[in-house]
Amino acid sequence: MTALEVENVGFRYGARTALSAVSFRLEAGQFCALLGPNGAGKSTLFSILARLNDIQAGRVTIADCDLAAQPLKALAQVGIVFQQPTLDLDMTVQRNMMYFAALHGLHGARARRKIEQALSLLGMAERSTEKVRTLNGGHRRRMEIARALIHEPKLLLLDEPTVGLDAETRRAITDHVHNLAASGLSVLWATHLVDEVDDGDRVIVLHEGQVRADTTAADLAGKRSLVDAYLELTGAAETSS
Amino acid sequence: MTRYLVAFQAIVARELLRFTSQRGRFLSALVRPLVWLLIFAAGFRAALGISIIPPYLTYITYEVYILPGLCAMILLFNGMQSSLSLVYDREMGSMRLLLTAPLPRWWLLLSKLCAGVFVGVLQVYAFLLLAALFGVDLPPAGYLLILPALIIAGFMLGALGLLISSLVQQLENFATVMNFVIFPVFFLSSALYPLWRMRESSEFLYYVCAVNPFTYAVELIRFSAYSAFSSMSLLVVVITGILFFGFSVIAYTPARAGQRGRGPSQT
Repeated sequence: MTALEVENVGFRYGARTALSAVSFRLEAGQFCALLGPNGAGKSTLFSILARLNDIQAGRVTIADCDLAAQPLKALAQVGIVFQQPTLDLDMTVQRNMMYFAALHGLHGARARRKIEQALSLLGMAERSTEKVRTLNGGHRRRMEIARALIHEPKLLLLDEPTVGLDAETRRAITDHVHNLAASGLSVLWATHLVDEVDDGDRVIVLHEGQVRADTTAADLAGKRSLVDAYLELTGAAETSS
Repeated sequence: MTRYLVAFQAIVARELLRFTSQRGRFLSALVRPLVWLLIFAAGFRAALGISIIPPYLTYITYEVYILPGLCAMILLFNGMQSSLSLVYDREMGSMRLLLTAPLPRWWLLLSKLCAGVFVGVLQVYAFLLLAALFGVDLPPAGYLLILPALIIAGFMLGALGLLISSLVQQLENFATVMNFVIFPVFFLSSALYPLWRMRESSEFLYYVCAVNPFTYAVELIRFSAYSAFSSMSLLVVVITGILFFGFSVIAYTPARAGQRGRGPSQT
């Protein structure tokens, strides 16, 4: 089954083109890094996939559901971690999770069981009674990833989820998400930090709203470093190093 | 349907939890109308004589006259406060969590609106209890009879807040909204003075008050409190409430974000 299919998607903010004929396909269990400098169109693409913005041109299919025709069915298959934290700091981890579960129609013992599973998967089970405000940045991010998994989505979207975190925490989170992909979940990971991409990962390079490359990290790098290959494609000054 | 109700319950519970954790908000929601009732009314009692007008059957004190208006004021402020928290949620990102839930957007917004109405009605009853302790009260049956009126008026004012929140792009702009919406809406209504009084001073202002939906929200509450019924008020409040809510749903549809030239982070 195809987890995500993006066909010729275009988007404009007034006169400014944010995305132009973006196409790619993501199969079940694939980890795909969406690489691009700031302003490349990654967040716009994510807001289309999350249906915060409507599709202006092209077509998006999530787990065989057309996003425009069956938006609610498609959204039910997606777990999203936004670049900006979306947590209620004054509530406990459990309460935040229960709220999200309820928005997806889960409640009672079933919701609690799924929350426990998701938190355990991210090594956060023992934090469930703590207030979010007391958690550090890494734990908050892990909690948001766990939250995005409660309803057992087929596709996990992460929009620059490691922004503002230290190198060790970033590595731990990327490892966690790679493990999730290995267990069958499809992952689209938007980032401008090249060091978050493993050699075997699929990489889509987005620049100025267009797909500039769609291959594996190793193939993209060739004999150069991935950073050099990325810079060559985007001319961007921002890299992980 | 269960999915809808589960989400509805969670949104209402979250709003209630938020409200109870914000003691300052609750306190100011009570102090504001009390200041009007105990200080403003004391000063104006002598200046503003109230004749016998429907639904009152006898002469009343000024405090008694403004009590329904102050109930509506609480609902108005609560509607704006909910709207402010929506703008805050949008800036802080938590609005995205709500809007990406696999439920129709109108249902999510309606749940949010109902949560606000619930909180608003609780505040009104807390205020009425305090007012009664200070000797300003409604007929005993009025406390029950105003409940539907409070819910309907709260819905209309909450929907107005929802509409404003969809149009206000940034938190900083909200102070302008407070000045240009709350104060004119409140003062250009029958909350503090009967409309015939206003007509004596200015025909133009009288007509402005007469087309202000807030006037009808006040009158709906006032008539209900005295076991009377104002069909005109009910009609105006219901229709404007539906219109405000309808426009809010349109304003919150995903297609609008691109048209307005917003960047993705501001959605």
